[in-house]
Amino acid sequence: MNAITTSIHAPKDRNARDARADRSFRWVVTAAGVFVLISLAAAALSMLWGGREAFQTFGWGFFTSTDWDPVQQKFGAFVPIVGTLVSAAIAMIIAVPVSFGIALYLTEIAPSWLRMPVGAAVELLAGIPSIIYGMWGLFVLAPFLAEHVYPWLDENIGPLPLLGRFFSGPPLGLGMGTAGLVLGIMVIPFISSVMREVFLTVPTQLKESAYALGSTTFEVAWDVVLPYTRSAVIGGIFLGLGRALGETMAVTFVLGNAHRLSASLLEPGNSIAATIANEFTEADSQLYLSSLIALGFVLFIVTFVVLAAARLMLMQLNRREGN
Amino acid sequence: MNSPRTRLAIVSLAMTLAVVACKPSSNDTAAPVADSAPPLPGAAAPAGDRVTADITGAGATFIYPLLSRWSADYNKSTGAKINYQSIGSGGGIAQIKAGTVDFGSSDKPLPPEELAAVGLGQFPSAIGGVVPVVNLAGVKPGEMKFTGPLLADIFLGKVTMWNDPVIASINPGLTLPSTKINVVHRSDGSGTTFNWVNYLSKVSPEFKSKVGEGTSVNWPTGIGGKGNEGVAAYTKQINGSLGYVELSYALQNKMSHGAVRNKAGKFIVPNAKSFQAAAASADWRNATDFHLIMTDAPGENAYPIAATNFILMYKQPKDPKRSKDAIDFFRWALNNGQQQAAALDYVALPPELVQQVEAYWASELKL
Repeated sequence: MNAITTSIHAPKDRNARDARADRSFRWVVTAAGVFVLISLAAAALSMLWGGREAFQTFGWGFFTSTDWDPVQQKFGAFVPIVGTLVSAAIAMIIAVPVSFGIALYLTEIAPSWLRMPVGAAVELLAGIPSIIYGMWGLFVLAPFLAEHVYPWLDENIGPLPLLGRFFSGPPLGLGMGTAGLVLGIMVIPFISSVMREVFLTVPTQLKESAYALGSTTFEVAWDVVLPYTRSAVIGGIFLGLGRALGETMAVTFVLGNAHRLSASLLEPGNSIAATIANEFTEADSQLYLSSLIALGFVLFIVTFVVLAAARLMLMQLNRREGN
Repeated sequence: MNSPRTRLAIVSLAMTLAVVACKPSSNDTAAPVADSAPPLPGAAAPAGDRVTADITGAGATFIYPLLSRWSADYNKSTGAKINYQSIGSGGGIAQIKAGTVDFGSSDKPLPPEELAAVGLGQFPSAIGGVVPVVNLAGVKPGEMKFTGPLLADIFLGKVTMWNDPVIASINPGLTLPSTKINVVHRSDGSGTTFNWVNYLSKVSPEFKSKVGEGTSVNWPTGIGGKGNEGVAAYTKQINGSLGYVELSYALQNKMSHGAVRNKAGKFIVPNAKSFQAAAASADWRNATDFHLIMTDAPGENAYPIAATNFILMYKQPKDPKRSKDAIDFFRWALNNGQQQAAALDYVALPPELVQQVEAYWASELKL
């Protein structure tokens, strides 16, 4: 009798228990998902609230003004915004092709005994603190550029009509170009390790079919591997881009920290994160502090806009492909 | 890379950070004055019967090396502990106004009206100076000469070449290259900048109207380094650069600092003696709450960009015992701490100024 009841009730109990467990699992996972949204909204709103005085005082002018004068209490975000975008753009111009090369080498060309150590080295590179990159940039890279590279650029490319404006100036070794270069090296491991992971997911049949049809390695990479993994590759690039936009310490070391607008990559500039890091501790008036917090909010918007634009681009690409 | 374990680690790290970040706010609700810092390991109170003082302070980075030296020696002789956070002058002023510390410290004196509004008192603690440093091949420390208006013109971006006739006329013995002057300034707000631009504004009306004075200003030219060490690093790094740092940084980094012409028309090399001359010639007696900026001092041998660090304390503190402990410490430091100051390239206050400070304590602080 007893045995029968248990055997009948057991699956029922189990179903109930499973349903309960499933429900609580759903709640936990949902909570984790919502947590991201809440913390994102909380961060954005608290920065908006902290920066309200700056937005009230300067209005839309805060975004377009090149002033940054703590004495006259006039603040504008234009110079840091440009600095952030330009340094991140230089970083991506350097990092994307190099990362593509690294990932391709590691998945297609390198002998298999070399893949592990080089792959591990790339990931190790990602673990180096940004301040180390900054110090390396200041003490090693900047003097080298100031002595060997920038004077040459200034002399040979500087006088050219259109391009020259970007490459003329005093060879300080510090400035937009150096910051972009250091940033580029910093984001390479992020982009290349994502690329490597996804390149490994390309089915061997696809590649071997292409080889069998007489494709060169480059053609396989460009026409088979890249289209197959494109959305993941672009995702990896965004990851690096997000990091480049928000990077603080390394940039502060080599950017020159000057609130001036200049087309030249050899001239010092300023970025949003560097401005906040430099000036937050000693911001001695309410409006100054508020402007710095508002700058944090602007970085939020800039990052959001850049990433949204990239996502839009990806969607359009997919639509054209008919996926 | 994206294994569940990694993700779990990231989540738990984020949680830990969140918990840690929450901690200070819970402390804020408790009475900050009564909240004593946890004892540092190794700095335990010596004897059980002696009641040891525990003093907290925050503010200027300029005074930090000297204060930590003083507090270590004071701890040895009395057992009292001084916990000083070098968060910058602006931070020091904010912290003392919020009442979270027993004393604040600032390189920029607060005007008496501002002090009175919040019931604070102010007195000088030590003297230093801001010096121009150059990186030019062949120029040794103290060799290069500047005048105030010349420095103002260079930092305005008007004088841009090292072989400018103005520089050449006051430096007849030096061979000056025809290279650009690379100006280096502070990128963060600082008392060093305050004293520097205060002096430049005093000697150049154009600098005053175009740039003005403050702990951070809108520089028309140059690149910015973070902290004295940042300016020192950039100046050493870039050929033909001119920056400004506290004297101790120039000496420790073996940089060539320049002599500056003072109000009396003499070129004065910055050192402890010329800083002391500046302190002695300043009119402290008639300065309410010691509100006096020592730049452009009139003395014959006074260095024109000498700077003072100030201590801020409540005149009627919530916890008189702790403030009294702090005053005891400063009394000890001002009377016995000259040697430590000299060893670290600071200048102790002259004896007559120490007397004025002690008189100020007696008359103004209710302890």
